[in-house]
Amino acid sequence: MERVISGNEAVAYGAMLSRVQVVSAYPISPQTTIVETLSDFCASGRLKADFVKVESEHSAMACIVGAASAGARVFTATSAQGLALMHEVLHWAAGARLPIVIVNVNRAMAAPWTMWCDQSDSLAQRDTGWLQFYCEDNQEVLDSIIMAYRISEKVLLPAMVCLDGFILSHTYEQVEIPGIEEVDRYLPSYVAQLKLDVDDPHNFHSAMPPDVYMEQRVKFQEAMEEAKGVAKRVDEEFGRAFGRRYGIMEEYFAEDADVLLVTSGTITGTARGVVDDYRKKGEKVGLLKMKMFRPFPTEDVRRVLQKAKKVAVVDRNISFGATGIFAQEIRSVLHRHGEGTSVFGFIAGLGGRDVTPSVLQQIVEITKGKEAPSGDVVWIGAKK
Amino acid sequence: MRYELPKEELLYSGHIGCPGCGASLAMRYALQALGKKTMVVIPACCWSTVAGFFPSSSLKVPILHCLFETGAISASGVKKGLVARGIEDVQVMAWAGDGGTFDIGLQSLSGCAERNDDIIYVCYDNEAYMNTGIQRSSATPIMSWTSTTPNPAFNDTPKKDIMEILAAHRIPYAATVSPAYPEDFLEKMRKAKNIRGLRFIHILSSCPPGWKFSSENSLKISRLAVETKTFPLYEIENGRKYTLTHMPKGLPVGEYLKLQGRFSHLGPEQIRAIQRNVDEEWGFLMEKVRRKGKTGARDGVRRKRIQDPGIRIQGKR
Repeated sequence: MERVISGNEAVAYGAMLSRVQVVSAYPISPQTTIVETLSDFCASGRLKADFVKVESEHSAMACIVGAASAGARVFTATSAQGLALMHEVLHWAAGARLPIVIVNVNRAMAAPWTMWCDQSDSLAQRDTGWLQFYCEDNQEVLDSIIMAYRISEKVLLPAMVCLDGFILSHTYEQVEIPGIEEVDRYLPSYVAQLKLDVDDPHNFHSAMPPDVYMEQRVKFQEAMEEAKGVAKRVDEEFGRAFGRRYGIMEEYFAEDADVLLVTSGTITGTARGVVDDYRKKGEKVGLLKMKMFRPFPTEDVRRVLQKAKKVAVVDRNISFGATGIFAQEIRSVLHRHGEGTSVFGFIAGLGGRDVTPSVLQQIVEITKGKEAPSGDVVWIGAKK
Repeated sequence: MRYELPKEELLYSGHIGCPGCGASLAMRYALQALGKKTMVVIPACCWSTVAGFFPSSSLKVPILHCLFETGAISASGVKKGLVARGIEDVQVMAWAGDGGTFDIGLQSLSGCAERNDDIIYVCYDNEAYMNTGIQRSSATPIMSWTSTTPNPAFNDTPKKDIMEILAAHRIPYAATVSPAYPEDFLEKMRKAKNIRGLRFIHILSSCPPGWKFSSENSLKISRLAVETKTFPLYEIENGRKYTLTHMPKGLPVGEYLKLQGRFSHLGPEQIRAIQRNVDEEWGFLMEKVRRKGKTGARDGVRRKRIQDPGIRIQGKR
């Protein structure tokens, strides 16, 4: 069924079609309409889930950690300060190896107060052991949630699906909403491999002394590595079932690019148009869309980057005192192998400032005009 | 009359609790009352270690460890997950210390109490952060020594009244228990087991290393806490109906204090001041116990909300 829905409604449909059993959430802009739509779905009986209206995001995450430990499929959504408040529990959920899926509607971090989009909230959680996926449009949001449950339940790691606040969350787009029977075939009901059971009692997450803790961490990292292949297979199967595919990243005119833009989130959609314009003029500009950020698809990214002369990474985030976070990751991928590719790092669109085609053209022109970047961080559009 | 404890033991011998640990005895009684169809959810507290290091367990029922401030909501989440899977007959018991209850866990506990989530929440209160080495909490009694209220800056605020905070949420059941009174303890746990909604159990949990006394005095001190009216045994139904379940002898509070090193600095005047506090609190409690008959209507309203099948209760679909 095709409908014109907002990004947040696409999230709610994704959760409903995944037949989540326990939802726990706390309202925060711009995530709020997810909570409202899921409340409607629960109230009308379209979604048979227990929606627990908790007193904080910390409790929202703790609640679904508990429910997942009891073997239920669970869901929550949040933004910015809410995700930051969950931080401690994010570590716990991953260490507990629970296949939880959440949505983060990307919003810049305070202070000062801001409601608008950037990725500093979710990228600050990059070391918590969660899979992270960044979406370009509302269709990808809905589809990614369903796929995330498949991946998470296979590798036993939690997953975070991210969409740009307001730019997607409150924008209406045409979305194909799959039928529940189709989704049921693709994503069967969840049977937990490990769960609390009075007939098979275990002591979950008891203290581990130094002689065993590290081995647990090795397995954790192995699961992260495994997730790359699992995500590719899950995407292929999704393509066969629903006729849409995304990959863990996407190359767009990347093969022969002199300047390769690297983007994530909605900036990708704008960048496609910019690449098209350059190609019409005969200029070899290409694009690499990053969908999966954790685990970082190192080998795949390296394969693409090695072919490019110059790489321009557009970061809607910054690690203060260092650089844009995608740029950091891209540089580390190349650095270890001593490649000759120059990586230009650009910071744009913080706190919801528009990243228009002309912003991206400016980035391409700066990259074209220099042999090597003048610094690790170039601010685009910041007033003097 | 001799009181027979249930034969079924769900706490293994050989756990790593300190000798004379009130909280270990309390877990034994709690599980004897609740039985095998119980899951225990433990936030950071002494029991995080007493439950056993990986890969061992000191309990014969499932244990889920959770973050410090999430005892109540983690237990709620477990219960909701079970119910979502069609498992309705398992009791989920949060088992937290005073730090995890009075301090860092109070927010999520309040949320669960307000929603009347279907869990048993037990606070074993040893009146300080004992697992980290006797630091003051808001459950530490006035004038007590702890490692963060050292001589001469002893604890200068009275203990937080956690029972009144829970009663103000109008939960169906709240009770105080002591490991020195197993019959009272088990009866209250059994009563709690048969009630739906949030049930709160407050244990005064004697702590030999924290309170500075010799471990063989653990039950004696627990008994003196009750008999001096320092820790009366009572229950509150629906936040309104107060019932005293054991009439204390009313021994002088000095009898209780003098056995504990944490109070060894107290002079006669300070002990008299503590006695006045105890008498005053006892008076307030007795007023509430006496007025119980007048609040029947409010009790009825609350019970109807809990039992009316026409109203959807959280955790019960």
